[in-house]
Amino acid sequence: MNVVFYIAAAIAVFSAVMVITRYNAVHALVYLVVSLLSVAVIFYLLGAPFAAVLEVIIYAGAILVLFIFVIMMLHVGEKSVNQEKQWLKLSMWIGPGLLVCILLVEILYLISIQSIDDGAGKVVDAKQVGLALYGPYMIAVELAAILLLAGIVGAYYLGKEKTQVLHRFLKQQENG
Amino acid sequence: MVDVPLTHGIALAVVLFLVGLVGLLTRKNILFMLMSVEIMLNAAGLTFIIGSTRWGQADGQVMFIFILSMAAAEVAVGLALILQFYKKFNTLDVDAASKLKG
Amino acid sequence: MILADLLWIIVAMPFAIFLVLAFFGNKLSTNLTAIIAVSGTGTSALLTILLGWSFLSAPPEDYSLSSQLWEWMNTGGLVTSVSLRLDTLSLVFIFVITFIGFLILVYSTEFMKNEDGYARFFAYMNLFIGSMLILVLADNLLLLYLGWEGVGLCSYLLIGFWYKDPVNGYAARKAFIMTRIGDTALIIGLFLLFTEFGTLNIADILSAAPEKWASGDPTARLAAFLLLGGAVGKSAQLPLQTWLPDAMAGPSPVSALIHAATMVTAGVYLIARTHTIFELAPIAQCAVAIIGATTLLVAGFSALTQSDIKRVLAYSTMSQIGYMFLALGVGAWSAAVFHFMIHAFFKALLFLGAGAIIMVLHHEHNMFKMGGLYKKLPVIFWTFLIASASLAALPLISAGFYSKDLILWETFASTAGGTQLWFLGYVGAFITALYTARMVFVTFFGPTGIEPTQRPGLLITLPLVVLALFSFAGGFIELPHTLGHVQVFSGFIHHTLPHLEIGDVAESSELILQIITGLTSLIAVGAAYVLYVRRRIWTDSIKKSKLVTQLHSFWKAGWGFDTAYENILVRPVVYLSRINKNDVVDLIPLGLSKAMLYFNNVLVYSQNGKLRWYMAVITLGAILTLTISILL
Repeated sequence: MNVVFYIAAAIAVFSAVMVITRYNAVHALVYLVVSLLSVAVIFYLLGAPFAAVLEVIIYAGAILVLFIFVIMMLHVGEKSVNQEKQWLKLSMWIGPGLLVCILLVEILYLISIQSIDDGAGKVVDAKQVGLALYGPYMIAVELAAILLLAGIVGAYYLGKEKTQVLHRFLKQQENG
Repeated sequence: MVDVPLTHGIALAVVLFLVGLVGLLTRKNILFMLMSVEIMLNAAGLTFIIGSTRWGQADGQVMFIFILSMAAAEVAVGLALILQFYKKFNTLDVDAASKLKG
Repeated sequence: MILADLLWIIVAMPFAIFLVLAFFGNKLSTNLTAIIAVSGTGTSALLTILLGWSFLSAPPEDYSLSSQLWEWMNTGGLVTSVSLRLDTLSLVFIFVITFIGFLILVYSTEFMKNEDGYARFFAYMNLFIGSMLILVLADNLLLLYLGWEGVGLCSYLLIGFWYKDPVNGYAARKAFIMTRIGDTALIIGLFLLFTEFGTLNIADILSAAPEKWASGDPTARLAAFLLLGGAVGKSAQLPLQTWLPDAMAGPSPVSALIHAATMVTAGVYLIARTHTIFELAPIAQCAVAIIGATTLLVAGFSALTQSDIKRVLAYSTMSQIGYMFLALGVGAWSAAVFHFMIHAFFKALLFLGAGAIIMVLHHEHNMFKMGGLYKKLPVIFWTFLIASASLAALPLISAGFYSKDLILWETFASTAGGTQLWFLGYVGAFITALYTARMVFVTFFGPTGIEPTQRPGLLITLPLVVLALFSFAGGFIELPHTLGHVQVFSGFIHHTLPHLEIGDVAESSELILQIITGLTSLIAVGAAYVLYVRRRIWTDSIKKSKLVTQLHSFWKAGWGFDTAYENILVRPVVYLSRINKNDVVDLIPLGLSKAMLYFNNVLVYSQNGKLRWYMAVITLGAILTLTISILL
C-alpha cells in the first residue's frame, strides 16, 4: 500500500510542475485538477477520508470550476498563448529556480535532522471531524461563515459591470 | 491507512509548496499567479492533514476545512478583482499595475 | 505686627508698579502714570525709614531680621528659599536705594515729560529698584544673583531707552556684555561655594568658612577672586570699566540712579557681604585694594580731560568706587559703606543737576560751550556747588571730606594698607578736587555760552535741594577722632561688619594727614580757579604743547582700553565668525540629512511596484531566516 502513496505523490508533483509551465490557461487548470485529485488520494491514504472528499468536491469541483468560468469570460485566446511564449523564456526560470532550490535544500535539511515518530496511525473519520468542528471550534465555524459572506458581497460588487458616467462636457466632446 | 514515514509526507508538502512558489515568482500572467497560490494553499493543507494523522485527532482536518473555506472566499474575490484589472489595463500582465513604486 | 513681615512689601511694591505700568502703561494718562510710578517707591522708602527707626530705637536680637517668603527650590542637595534678611549693612543700602530712588523718580516725572515711552521708562525704573532691593536683601547667594542679573537687564533696557538711535543700542549692549563677563565669574564662584559648603545661604557660608579654610587657603583665594571678578564687572573697575562712560547715552535720571548710586555699588555690597571669605584670602583682599587704587587714578586722569559733562561724572563715579574698593581691600569695611552712602547722595545730585542743565540748554553736553550760568540758574548752581564740594572733599564743610578722609586715614593705618596705597589715594584726591573744580568753573563761570531758555520746575529743583541737604549734613554722623569722635555710623555698621585692624602708627599722624588732605583739596580748587577762570590763556598754551596733546588724547580715550579690547578681542572674534558664516558645525546635521537622502535614493529602487519582485524578496527573507536558524 505504500507504493500507492508514492505514485500519488509523484503524480501530484508532476502535474503541479505542468501547471506552472503551460502556455494555455485552460490546460494549466486541468493539470491543477489532476494535482488536486492526487492529493485527495494521499489524504485518503493518510486516514483522512472526510478531508479527501472535501478536497474533491470543494477545491477541485467548485473553486477550479470558478477559475475556468472566469477564464472563459476573459476571452483570452490565441493571442494570450503567444504572449505567454514571449514572457516565459528559459532565462526567466533561472533566478526563481535558484532561490527555490536553496530554500528546498534548507527545509529538507531541517526536516531530516528532526525526528518525527510515526504516531497513532488510525483513521480519523467524518464523525470525529464533525464533533471537533461543532464542539471546541464552534466559533471558528461562525467566523468562516462570516468570511464567506464577505467574500460573496465582495465578489458581487467587484464583479459588476460599472457604467461610466461621463461629465456633460466630455459627452459633448464625444459627440461633437 | 498506510504507514509511510511522516517525514516523507512533509517533504512532499514542502516540494509542492516550493513548486507553487516558483510559479508565483516566474509567471507574469495574473491567472497563473493565482493558480500557483492555490497550489501553495493546498500544500499547506496537506501539512495539516499529516499533523492530524500523527496525533490521531481531528484538529488537523478542521484546520484544513478552514483553509478550504478561506481559499474559496479568496478565489471569489480575487477573480472579481482580476476582471476589473483586465477591464482597466486591457492586459493580464501583473507588471502593468506598478503605480506603487518609488 | 512683626516688623519682619514688612520686608516683603518693601521689595514687592516696585515690582507691582512695574507690572501695572508694563501692562496698562500706555492706556493711562501721563499724570496718573507719574503718580503710580512714584508712589510705589515712595511707599518702600517710607517703610524703610520706619524699619530703620525701629532698628535704631529697639534693635532686634543680633541686629538682624529675617523673613522667609517661600521655598524656591529643593533639588539635588540645593535647598534655596526666597527669604529676605535685613541687617545693618542692608538697611543702609535699602535706605539709599529707596530714598534716592524716590527722589530721582520725582525728578524724572518732569524731566521725561515730553518723551514717548513715558510709562515704559517708569516701568523699567521700578523693575530696577525692585531688583536692586532683592540683591541687597537676599538671604542666599542665588537670590542675590537673581537681583544681580535683574539690575544688569534693567541697565541694558534703560541705557538703550532711546532705542531709535543705534548708538544707544551699542552702548547698552557694551554695558551688558562687559558686566556679563563679570557675572560669569560670579556664577562660577557660586558653584565653587556650593560645592564647598553644600549651601548658598550667606550666613551659613560665612560662619562655616573660617572653620573649613585656614587663612590663605587656595580654595578660599579662588572663591574670593571669582567673587571679585563679578564685583569688578558690575562696579566698572579695571579691567572691565570701559562700559561706564558709554553708558551715559541713557537719560540723566538713569545715570543718576543706576550708574552713580546703586548698580555700580553692587560690587561693593557683594564684597562687604562676603567679607569673611576675603579675610581668609589676604592675597585676594590685596588685589581688591590694588584694583581700587589703580582705577581711581586711571579714572581721575581721564576725568581731567573730558569735555562732555556727563562723561566727567562717569569717570568720577569710577574713581570714587575705586576709593570704596580701596577701603574694602585694606579692611576698612565701615569706611567703604560710609563713603558709599555719602557718594550716592552727592553723585546722584551731580547727575540730576547736569541733566537739568543739559535739558535747559537744549541737550548740549559740551561743558566748554556752557558758561556764566551761575546767575541764570541759581538753584541748580548752589546745589551743584554743594555736591561738587562734597566730591572734592572740601575740608569740614562737606560730607565728602569726612568719608574720603576716613578712607585715607584707615588705608594708612590698617595692617593690610600702608604708605604706598595711601599715597595713591592722596594723589587721587588731588586729581578729584582738580577736575571737579574744573567742571564747576567751566560750566557755571566765565562768559556765557548758550542761553538757557527755561527755568526747571519745582519737581526738578525739590529733589536737588533735598539731596544737597544730605550731601552737606550727611557726614556729621561720623566724625573722626580729632574732630569730636562721633561714631554713629560705624557703630551701627559694626553690628554686621568687622572692625578695622590698626597697625603700628602714631595717633598724631591722623591729624597730620587730615591737614595735608584738606590743604591739598583747597590748593587744587585754587589751581583750577586760576587755570580756568582767570588765566585761560595759560591753559590754552599748555594744551598746545605736543606732549600735553598726546597725553590729553590718551587720557580722554580712557587710557586706550577701548582700542585695546577692540583689537585684541573684538576684531578676531568678528573675523572668525565671518569666515564661519556657513557654520561648520551645521555640516553635521545637514550632512546627516544628505546621507539619508542618498540612501533613500538608493533604496527606492527596491520598491519597483512589481509583485513578483516583492515575492522574491519574501523568499529571500525566508532563506536568510532559515540559514540563521540552521547556523545557530
